[in-house]
Amino acid sequence: MASELIMKYMREEHLPHIWCPGCGHGILMRDVAQAVKNLGIDQEKVCLVSGIGCASRAAGYMDFQTMHTTHGRAIAFATGVKMARPDLEVIVIAGDGDVAAIGGNHLIHAARRNIGITVIVFNNDIYGMTGGQYSPTTPTGEFGTTAPYGNIDRPFDIAVLAAAAGASYVAKGTAYHAQQTIKLIEDGLRHKGFSLIDCAGICATYYGRKNKKGSAVDMMKYQRDNTITFEQAKTMSREERSGKFILGKLVEDDFPEFSDEYQKIIDRLKEAKK
Amino acid sequence: MAKRLVVDASWCKGCGICAEFCPKKVLKIVKEKVSVVNPNDCIKCGLCELRCPDYAIYLEEVANEE
Repeated sequence: MASELIMKYMREEHLPHIWCPGCGHGILMRDVAQAVKNLGIDQEKVCLVSGIGCASRAAGYMDFQTMHTTHGRAIAFATGVKMARPDLEVIVIAGDGDVAAIGGNHLIHAARRNIGITVIVFNNDIYGMTGGQYSPTTPTGEFGTTAPYGNIDRPFDIAVLAAAAGASYVAKGTAYHAQQTIKLIEDGLRHKGFSLIDCAGICATYYGRKNKKGSAVDMMKYQRDNTITFEQAKTMSREERSGKFILGKLVEDDFPEFSDEYQKIIDRLKEAKK
Repeated sequence: MAKRLVVDASWCKGCGICAEFCPKKVLKIVKEKVSVVNPNDCIKCGLCELRCPDYAIYLEEVANEE
């Protein structure tokens, strides 16, 4: 037996999930369920779309209308769903590799269009499912199976990337700060245009082990002790900011939403034809 | 409505997050599974439920306090 929340919003027959002990994805997936429940959104009107990767398994576990699609293309499929059925609450759950590497172009263009979908990134800074390769969010100098001497790339900040591309709601959460993250996801779901919540996860198995970060508990403690706000981050130097997690909202703005604008064209042409 | 702490050990993977962040030290990992060692100290805050990645521990509403 599980809690009412889990029984209602998850497919119990597929649980317990196959994520590793202490994986932050389990915490973040619960946050999504709690946010949907808190807003009282009709479960049948939620379409959850995911791509490939550890995070993308959420589409199998969560009991909404779900689509488990190809690597990096969740946002593209979600765009199609939203255009066909603008009445649905379309949610994308994606990992950092899925959304920022393979699907990076879909991400920036969905943000630019401001299409009304909510992207929740389970960001653990590594490709977990395939064995710990470095991802576009792995910090410089950190290790992965494909970076045995340290990663020489500079990481993307997915939230800043989405904001720069024009997303109208952007926030960052963490696995440790579950209560605050639930609230940030709620605000993202309520928001009309393109929303992205970049949630710092925990991958103790690959990221933690490769980088000697200790256990999942140690990584949670690190998140607790090293989380700052966007306001604090602004006052800090690049060195001071490195290794910090950010919690809070970066953008909350009101731009025309894509499916609305498209409907206006249809209405206008229908009107002209009369 | 009173609340009751429920553990489903078959779902527990023994990560220890619930025990570590329990403000009243009610929980302990025994033989790689969560165990409620100080049930009387539990204040039903629900932080374990909020942070359990495996949904193995939660608060359940009960009609009367047991």
